[in-house]
Amino acid sequence: MIRDLHEKLLNGEVSAIELVQKHLKTIDEKDKELNAFLTVTRDIALKQASKIDEKIKKGEKIDLLAGLPCALKDNICLNGTKTTASSKILENYVAPYDATVSERIKDAGAVILGKTNLDEFACGGSTETSAFGPSKNPIDTSRVPGGSSGGSVVSVASDEVVWALGTDTGGSVRQPSSFCGTVGLKPTYGRVSRYGIIAMGSSLDQVGPITKTVEDAAIVLSRIAGRDEMDATSAKSSDKPYEDYCVGDIKGAKIGVPSEYLGEGLDESVKEVFMNAVEKYKELGATIVDVKLPHTEYALATYYIIMPAELSSNLARFDGIRYSKVEGVEPETVLDQYLETRGKGFGPEVKRRIMLGTYILSAGYYDAYYKKAQKVRSLIKKDFENVFEKVDYIFTPTSPELAFKFGDKTDDPLKMYLSDIYTVTANLAGVPAISIPIGTVEVDGKNLPVGGQLMGKWFDEEGILNAGHTFEINS
Amino acid sequence: MELTKDEIRDIATLARIGVTDEEVDTFQKGLSDVLGYFKKLQEVDTENVEEIGHITGITDIYRSDSVLELDEKGKKAIMDNVPDKKDNYIKVKSVL
Repeated sequence: MIRDLHEKLLNGEVSAIELVQKHLKTIDEKDKELNAFLTVTRDIALKQASKIDEKIKKGEKIDLLAGLPCALKDNICLNGTKTTASSKILENYVAPYDATVSERIKDAGAVILGKTNLDEFACGGSTETSAFGPSKNPIDTSRVPGGSSGGSVVSVASDEVVWALGTDTGGSVRQPSSFCGTVGLKPTYGRVSRYGIIAMGSSLDQVGPITKTVEDAAIVLSRIAGRDEMDATSAKSSDKPYEDYCVGDIKGAKIGVPSEYLGEGLDESVKEVFMNAVEKYKELGATIVDVKLPHTEYALATYYIIMPAELSSNLARFDGIRYSKVEGVEPETVLDQYLETRGKGFGPEVKRRIMLGTYILSAGYYDAYYKKAQKVRSLIKKDFENVFEKVDYIFTPTSPELAFKFGDKTDDPLKMYLSDIYTVTANLAGVPAISIPIGTVEVDGKNLPVGGQLMGKWFDEEGILNAGHTFEINS
Repeated sequence: MELTKDEIRDIATLARIGVTDEEVDTFQKGLSDVLGYFKKLQEVDTENVEEIGHITGITDIYRSDSVLELDEKGKKAIMDNVPDKKDNYIKVKSVL
């Protein structure tokens, strides 16, 4: 899709301005209902587009992303625009600088149409915790789009933009992609710089592309990946662009299917679509191997200790003193300022997780929770190391269920947490993982998408992108 | 594992979050349920297992020890977010 549009720009079939106007019109028509966008950056977009048109006119070389409309999740800083993380506490915060990913895509000439909705501070799997109302699944608007990068995924699925960026701490790019039928990639921890991202769980967070095709995800990754001085955990990128690895052939590859991902809790209709996809990989020449990831059943508990611990530390900086004011807070003392700002500014789910993290890290409980979880995390990583000695990729459903209805899980946090069960392991182990559409299930007359998840070895984005691409072009 | 209402209030104060009585009730149930779920980890034998520090094992990352000068526009952009300020300083309620 990106390549086709790039060709059309070059041969004059469409101009960058026309492309932006077309997509802004789509936003005007659809977004009242879908609520994918929190801010639409119309002027910035038109200015950037006209710059690209100038370049094309002059015959200058332009990047594949140049002139193409995209969106950023609203926890990614974009200089001079509001960056709210969908929270009241940052409702008036204007980012004073660009995140590294924002800078890199701007340099490539991408046209940013706006900032998209998310669960507050990325805490949720449905966008229902956003302080600015949920986004809706474009395939069935009575259902959630998934989360936390729900707005970014909806913007792509409904053709408001060509591609978007999300962030993924426990599945926040992959699970909504599975619910809305897009491609969502979580790169290896360190593949993409986290500088300028509002941090959630710093040992887990990664920025990832959300696109219509696997090759598009590869194209976007090539532009955002690589070492950044501002993030000490960032790693250098591959030598060739990732799209060059999408060759469409996986004959001889070994794909592991872990039984732990096919047991209790998996929706039968999702399982059926997934098993058909496994058959498809066989037809394409891959060898399917049964593998074991024995610590999978402990992954969710491990994740829900480590993430809130890190989140509570990261969110300690929001004190009402530096990052804009929360309306209605008029404190007498500095302690009141903290209590009132954070009491009024954070929503219930964020408060719950901050308190959980604070408790876990408090004296007397640290060893029992955080230290124990970090040890189990070592064992989970070891499981992956063992399996990757035998296979090239691991294939699982992305989510155990189809997109659910609004309100289905809002009263029970534990139930909501369980929807992350297949995705958190990749963040805990740090491996790259991609969700690709593998089929649909008809419910109430709507074809609800099902996602399949390919996990790869550390820094082998090339491999999973090619495996995903091969599936896509043959289905 | 059941947390008491007083424990919830203590945690909230430690976390610098003001909570209403109604919220204390909600968090009492929500947090207790989740902490109960964590019991599962006690089944795992972690004797002789090192806790993980950094997942990809990147080490020895340096950058030059130099000041990055922010221009006036950048400084203004940062200060524009500050609700209470005097001259170019952030005002904070007295701590002592």
